[in-house]
Amino acid sequence: MIVSELKPLPAILDYLDGEENIFILGCRGCAEASKTGGEAQVLEMKQTLEGAGKRVVGHTVADFLCDKALVKMKLYAHEQEVLAADSLLVMTCGLGVQATAAVVDRPVHPATNTINLGGSRGEWRGSERCRECGDCLLDYTGGICPLVACTKSLINGPCGGAKDGRCEFEPDVRPCGWQLIYERLKKTGRLDEMKTILPPKDYAKMQPPPSLRSTILWALEQKETREAGLPR
Amino acid sequence: MSLAEALKNGKLVVTAEIAPPKGVNVQEMLENAELIKGKVDAANVTDQQSSVMRLGSLAGCHLLKQRGLDPVFQVTCRDRNRLALQSDLLSAYSLGITNVLCITGDYVSLGDHPSAKPVFDLDSVSLLQAAKALEQGKDLAGKELKGSPKFFLGAVVSPGAEPLEPQIIKMEKKVRAGAQFFQTQGVYEPAKFEKFIRASQYLGVPILAGIIPLRSVAMARFMNRAVAGVHVPEEMIQELDRATDKPAKSIEIAARLVREVRQLCQGVHIMAIGWEKRVPAILEAAGLA
Repeated sequence: MIVSELKPLPAILDYLDGEENIFILGCRGCAEASKTGGEAQVLEMKQTLEGAGKRVVGHTVADFLCDKALVKMKLYAHEQEVLAADSLLVMTCGLGVQATAAVVDRPVHPATNTINLGGSRGEWRGSERCRECGDCLLDYTGGICPLVACTKSLINGPCGGAKDGRCEFEPDVRPCGWQLIYERLKKTGRLDEMKTILPPKDYAKMQPPPSLRSTILWALEQKETREAGLPR
Repeated sequence: MSLAEALKNGKLVVTAEIAPPKGVNVQEMLENAELIKGKVDAANVTDQQSSVMRLGSLAGCHLLKQRGLDPVFQVTCRDRNRLALQSDLLSAYSLGITNVLCITGDYVSLGDHPSAKPVFDLDSVSLLQAAKALEQGKDLAGKELKGSPKFFLGAVVSPGAEPLEPQIIKMEKKVRAGAQFFQTQGVYEPAKFEKFIRASQYLGVPILAGIIPLRSVAMARFMNRAVAGVHVPEEMIQELDRATDKPAKSIEIAARLVREVRQLCQGVHIMAIGWEKRVPAILEAAGLA
């Protein structure tokens, strides 16, 4: 399962600054289990945003946002609402945010930080990747993760190594991640985001908390061990 | 006069690149340094360029400084995490080395240790920020320093990149992070370079145009195929190809480029890449020595 946690509200409101009409997208997969993007959290977020003066033009919960085909289908059913929205707030892991950003022409904001893959990788069939860094940057990078899309994991823009939009490492198969980010930001009118100077990543956040270090099965074994009074 | 003073004086500034050897025999490097001493305002020492393992930039800078040159310490983010980078910046200052060129660095796969673990813990922007933080007496973790350094910070930019806009955006971030001068990737098209100068003028930061002498037609073609941000026009390649005395023609072309770009910016940065011995001839032909 892909474990996510909600970003602090001020961070989310900061992402939505200057935007009035918001569409909220939740996920019935791992995000529901993480209690970050299920039906209940989406409705709660709707109330919170409305309390903060935003208009929630629509909301829905898809089965697996990491599956681009499912995201597309779900959004077709809400086409008018999505078109009326200034942006989408996506309440799921980094994969779902990237899959959504790949299929809509609206800015996509992440509502969570992805902190750990607790065993399985959901319904993820796209080319998007998430490094579970625990401090999601997708808001600044047009919904394309620079840690993964850029071979050097640069977070402040392209190096000088790309030629004709291809990465200096394996140019035949690898586009320059920052070229993709630049194009996406430009297309969605958010190129100013690229001017944000991001501080060095906090790699300590990539160490999952002890409670998440392993699978549910492991947790059950621990419980049994404890209950049996056996040494751990 | 230091590089910072030379740029402040508004004179045309000349820098050149020196590459440390792969090994400990520094004789040739020092000979090359001696050849350009007095003719350049500063000498960059490369940091394992093209990801090829070599003697380090810091030691190279120290040796140059001992011989009276003003060295520019090139630092890439490829091989060191934030502890090592900050530590090397402190070490450089303790040796009297204050010009620092902050670079991302080539990917490891380009060099002779392609299986090495790439680091890139910081990037060129946050490396500049780290240097600034040290100057203000704190490290990146916010801890107090016992005595703080003072640097003259530089960065790089690729004026021939297409599209240019992302390069300019990153250049602006570098300036905001503390970059005080720029040295560019090799320039072969003055008209394109002029466009870049106009697009980056608002940043108000001195720019030294990169000049890479064309050692051969094959080298020019190789760069067009494989080196990012470099485009040698076909006419220039033909011009070199037709010449009977190719080294002389190459020097002539490099000198011409120097004369064409010097009107547009604050100076030039010669990257001889193996042709260090010919740098004085290029400077002379360009009327700079």
